Amino acid sequence: MVVMGHCRPMKTKTLKEGRKNMPQSMYVPYPKGRQADEASLKEVRSLLGAMPLRRDLLVEYLHRLQDSQRALFHRHLVALAEILRLPLAEVFEVASFYAHFDICADDATVPQITVRVCDSISCALRGASSLLAQAQKQWQNDDSVRVVAAPCMGRCDEAPVTVVGQHHLAHSTLADIKKTVSKKDIAPVVPSYRDFGVYRREGGYRLYEECVAGKHDPEQVIEQLGKANLRGKGGAGFPAAQKWKFVRAASKPRLMTINADEGEPGTFKDKYYMEKDIHRFLEGTLIAAWAVEAEAIYIYLRDEYPAIHRMLMKELTVVNTSLPSLPAIHVRRGAGAYICGEESAMIESIEGKRGLPRHKPPYISTVGLFGKPTLNQNVETVYWIRDIMEKGASWYASLGKDDFKGIHSFSVSGRVKNPGVKVAAAGITMNELLHEHCGGMEDGHEFKGYLPGGASGGVLPASMADIPLDFGQLEKHGCFLGSAAVVVFSDKDSVRDVVVNLLRFFEDESCGQCTPCRVGTEKAVALLEKNQWNAPLLTQLVSAMRDASICGLGQAAGNPIDCALRFFPQEVGIS
Amino acid sequence: MKMDRTIRFRLDGRDVEAREGETIWQVAKREGTLLPHLCHADEVGYEPDGNCRACMVQIEGERVLSASCIRQPTEGMVVQSKDDRSRDSRRMVMELLVADQPPRTRAHDDESHFWKMADAVEVTSSRFAARESSHVPPADLSHHAMAVHLDACIHCNLCVRACRDVQVNDVIGMAYRGAGAKIVFDFDDPMGASSCVSCGECVQACPTGALMESSLLDDKGIGALKADDHVESLCPYCGVGCQLTFHTKGNDIIAVDGRDGPANEQRLCVKGRFGFDYVSHPHRLTKPLIRLKGVLKNAEERLDPSNPLTHFREASWDEALDYAASGLLRLRDEAGVDALAGFGCAKGSNEEAYLFQKLVRTGFRNNHVDHCTRLCHASSVAALMETIGSGAVTAPVSDVAHADVAIVIGARPAQNHPVAATFIKNAAKKGTQLIVLDPRANELARYATHAVQFRAGTDVALLNAMINVIISEGLVDKQYVETHTQGFEEIKSHVADFSPEAMAPICEVDAEVIREMALLYGKADRAMIFWGMGVSQHVHGTDNARCLISLALLTGQVGRQGTGLHPLRGQNNVQGASDMGLIPMVFPDYQPVDDDDTRAFFEKKWGTSLNANKGLTVVEIMKAIYERSIKGLYIMGENPAMSDPDAHHAREALARLEHLVVQDIFLTETAYLADVILPASAFPEKTGSFTNTDRYVQLGRQAVSPPGEARHDWRIIQDLANRMELNWSYTDEGEIYEELRSCVPSMKGISWKRLQKEGWVVYPCDSEEAEGEFVIFGDGFPTESGRGRLVSADIVPPDEQPDEEYPLILTTGRLLEHWHTGSMTRRAGVLDAIEPRAFVHLSPKEMKRLRLAIGDSVALETRRGRIETHVREDRQIPEGMVFMPFCYEDAAVNKLTNDALDPFGKIAEVKYCAARLEKIK
Repeated sequence: MVVMGHCRPMKTKTLKEGRKNMPQSMYVPYPKGRQADEASLKEVRSLLGAMPLRRDLLVEYLHRLQDSQRALFHRHLVALAEILRLPLAEVFEVASFYAHFDICADDATVPQITVRVCDSISCALRGASSLLAQAQKQWQNDDSVRVVAAPCMGRCDEAPVTVVGQHHLAHSTLADIKKTVSKKDIAPVVPSYRDFGVYRREGGYRLYEECVAGKHDPEQVIEQLGKANLRGKGGAGFPAAQKWKFVRAASKPRLMTINADEGEPGTFKDKYYMEKDIHRFLEGTLIAAWAVEAEAIYIYLRDEYPAIHRMLMKELTVVNTSLPSLPAIHVRRGAGAYICGEESAMIESIEGKRGLPRHKPPYISTVGLFGKPTLNQNVETVYWIRDIMEKGASWYASLGKDDFKGIHSFSVSGRVKNPGVKVAAAGITMNELLHEHCGGMEDGHEFKGYLPGGASGGVLPASMADIPLDFGQLEKHGCFLGSAAVVVFSDKDSVRDVVVNLLRFFEDESCGQCTPCRVGTEKAVALLEKNQWNAPLLTQLVSAMRDASICGLGQAAGNPIDCALRFFPQEVGIS
Repeated sequence: MKMDRTIRFRLDGRDVEAREGETIWQVAKREGTLLPHLCHADEVGYEPDGNCRACMVQIEGERVLSASCIRQPTEGMVVQSKDDRSRDSRRMVMELLVADQPPRTRAHDDESHFWKMADAVEVTSSRFAARESSHVPPADLSHHAMAVHLDACIHCNLCVRACRDVQVNDVIGMAYRGAGAKIVFDFDDPMGASSCVSCGECVQACPTGALMESSLLDDKGIGALKADDHVESLCPYCGVGCQLTFHTKGNDIIAVDGRDGPANEQRLCVKGRFGFDYVSHPHRLTKPLIRLKGVLKNAEERLDPSNPLTHFREASWDEALDYAASGLLRLRDEAGVDALAGFGCAKGSNEEAYLFQKLVRTGFRNNHVDHCTRLCHASSVAALMETIGSGAVTAPVSDVAHADVAIVIGARPAQNHPVAATFIKNAAKKGTQLIVLDPRANELARYATHAVQFRAGTDVALLNAMINVIISEGLVDKQYVETHTQGFEEIKSHVADFSPEAMAPICEVDAEVIREMALLYGKADRAMIFWGMGVSQHVHGTDNARCLISLALLTGQVGRQGTGLHPLRGQNNVQGASDMGLIPMVFPDYQPVDDDDTRAFFEKKWGTSLNANKGLTVVEIMKAIYERSIKGLYIMGENPAMSDPDAHHAREALARLEHLVVQDIFLTETAYLADVILPASAFPEKTGSFTNTDRYVQLGRQAVSPPGEARHDWRIIQDLANRMELNWSYTDEGEIYEELRSCVPSMKGISWKRLQKEGWVVYPCDSEEAEGEFVIFGDGFPTESGRGRLVSADIVPPDEQPDEEYPLILTTGRLLEHWHTGSMTRRAGVLDAIEPRAFVHLSPKEMKRLRLAIGDSVALETRRGRIETHVREDRQIPEGMVFMPFCYEDAAVNKLTNDALDPFGKIAEVKYCAARLEKIK
């Protein structure tokens, strides 16, 4: 097994091998720094082929290199920097930010296959750590296979999940992994799906065509969305209608982004919708872009969904030649960074930079992608547009329970009998969701608590499972619904372990930009690993993280700690 | 003018006002509350970043706190900075950072900005455990001047901004992520092996001591050396004129920081920041020396600068001065007034330059006084004087920020004017379209819209083709040309034959590219042109400059902000030395020596009759010496044995002198041949005014005392003058300055008193109250007609072309780390450690063709000589060319260069000659 330096500084001895100790006779320091060589320049040029040379495509170029070489060799990165006229440091800092890029010395041995075992919460509950240990042991003396832990892969209902190359294994065991590795079966498995032809025959894209033909008025569409109470499904729950209005009020040119970087542990509903009916999602996207008059659409798809990437690229070729008045549609691959689910970090990533969240204000509706006003929507949000317009705003609104409006697509995982995406009324309670949609708890497990909104949405005890699940309902308990990723745990699970797992995730995924999050998550993990928690210090830390972090990651990372102190004090050594 | 909008808001219960663009932090500071700040430098050129979160404040109605350094208030906003919530948050941020700091007792810098801020919020210990030691980056001590101790790094990103946004050297990055995020050089390489150009901006910006001058640290990395005094002065090296602060301890300079001067905004380059210890080098001359009787002068001999006593004996000042003066007097009185000459110095102050030329003109009684500008920009000045009546730049470098287009031709500011280069790069990053024209690949190319490597020596072809396009495409500013120029019809018909298509094969640039560049410049609303030695040091140097001037005049790109002509001046006071009259044809302020009224003015002022004959130039003087018509020479600070073309010839000439007086701080190659050597003072040892490339007159202040018996230069000149019966009695620099000011009308408004108070003033400046003119010639030119002349230029090929015998083009220049002939920088520890050896630079392809490997020993030969050196691969060099810096006395490339002269500027073609290269065992 080879562990390459990725996303962690390579461990080095005291660096004295610079120019300082070079004997005078050997002294040829100029030109300073690494220089591109002709062979590497040629290789990189041929790899980029006809791709345009633009700064914002840097992450895409890095993907090309990584895909073809299974690593990013220094010499290729030097050549790439020269070709793009970029500083070496800029290329390096971007490449080293993303977990899916492996930067290697030119003489390093690169493994043939990388096995990633998911260690996020739902998989951890189902034995990911022992699976990881087994797999690492299996290939510890084999340079051709590398086994690493990786964060949530958006398949929490199939835990524990492993990916061999780009081939994801559900409910994986060491035997499955061995078999897949030995067959070198590393390509993504594209599920059967409704393609353009099928979607079109069933009336798809008619609505979009009507829109561009002027048969609908954007203002009326926005009014419909408002009446339906369609709120952003990415986590923040911002009313879609309002967002569209803001963007329409901003100057032109405008852009649109689709956030398909669903990375919140426990969340897999966007993947579900894209696999289920990719064109319904695309039609919604096109209507949104039409409504705000966006001149281009950027779909930012997480790199953990390679099968969807294939589907998307294939279907977009058809769309591009079949539909009228299309804006430019660009697909950008994420590269393994949870933070890029934060919309401004995603925008930075689309611009080819490290995924650092921006300061707000300004908001992206005025200063977004490439500095232009930008409408950003989650996959599921636009997925519902066609239905709302065809069936009416009141249809969608009426789906909610009691006074709640609309539905949520709960990604349910953990200790339930039937995990999966559960489309249920807004306002449903955890108890109802568990029993009416998930077949109750897994045999032998007693319901102890749940995460209502993924890793960052807090932790609630079973005694608080009668709270309506909707935006604005959980906040008074220090939680939130977010992307409706519900992870259920049982009496067999330790709350401390759950919280440590979540905080380790945040520590790994913090972009590192601001002190409270970068240092705070690291210090929090150290404190949480102690038998007895230091409640006053943790409370102060969590509140500073919440108050002073730049983005939602750091602001919400302390929620599980707060909840554990509040609802499970005895489990964390506090009587 | 845009009216500044005022924003009213409440801060800590008080109504306050912010100007548009001001942040809450700035308003709070103005109102008396200094909010803690770490990542916000609050320094010129640094934008706030808002990442450290040490300055959080509460804004009413907002869910979370806001970083005050980056947040701008809006009308009616209610902000709290003194409430518990924001205070607790700020203290927690500090506590988190303190946890991972090395203990203050072992700090790299226990007085760092970080610790001051920690003291301010009273958080000097932490309840959090430090991170695991395996996560602490090890020290990186690979660089000669800077130590990297990332154990103290707080990820504030200031060094990245220093390197990327301010200096645009683009070496430092913030790589990896989360708790593993780390400051890296290039690919996480050791700093000393990276592309770092050692400007030290990061060291100046670092708030913790994670990046520090290694000389201030002991071997455990603890900051042990601390200054006891700080003196505001200037950088002694190039014409950019950076203001700096010398940090001294006793009589030693221990560190240098950039100050917020008009030309540098706190920036420095490697020479300015780390190149100061030449001052205390053991080679410093500390006693006057007189040549030993019977020791003959041998042009080829190399002396040991650490031991002059092989050829000289020590003397008292009185004896040495008597000897120096009597030798000169004897020659003047016996061989006639034309037997003497003087080389002044562009590194000296205005006062020194003024006194030097006054000594030559009144004591030697001739005008044979010149200095190294002759070898730099004489052709530029000749063209500028001929066309627009003034040799100075028309606008400062920093105006490039206002230019839509900037042309940089024949200049490598990243090496020779590094801080000026930073402003050009800043502008390019903000949208100024940059055209870089250089036969060698140029560091600025990365930021350029057009970076063109044309064939060396074909400047006129290229520029005439651009003029052709501007005229044929109707881009001439007709109104400007009609009002402010003459000669349009002539140049129009002249360039008709210079179409891009016709010139493309000559200059080896595609016609289409020439056209694009011409259109870019021609259509620009505001455009500037910068040039350097690559334009001037040719036999067609004056023609090159004429073309550039024509480009600007035809398009009206002179006299407005963001437009202009800027020959980048070389030495720190080359502008001042010229202004002061260290030029054979003119008195101070360029007043001709052969003009009767002018001479009458100076005769009255100086109380003596003056010689009406124009003097000889540097190269002409050397020829006259060689021919033995000039027999005595007084050299202050210059080193013609190294800097002059065909140095064999120059050294041979110097050896023929009957009496050579050298005033310097080291035993230079020129001083080898002296009869008497007068130990002088180095820059930090004296006070004086210096005029930079932008025409800023700035004050340099004495920081340390000269060593041993070494004396201030102005005193030495006066002592000599008085031995020539001139009866001078200046008591200080101010008195000299006031006299020179009375001879230079353009400096009328800049009194010594004002200079001491304000530190710098731009000239022309006509009253004590006036700001001075940054941009000149908005309403015509100081020519007889008031118009600028469009002067046509023909293609004149370089004097010596490659042929079968000598197939390569040899070009010369400087390295970033070494100044001029290296007499200072090769004695500066850091600079010489970075570049300790001479190399000839070749392209990889040329090396392959010649079957040479990196480091091979080679002989480089021209018709004038041969030197032995080593090979360095350099991808910036085109095939068919070799480059060699002229700073290495053990491989002095000026022994090879051609002294063919430009007929107007009398400047030698050191940028081009034919050479051959041969591998030796």
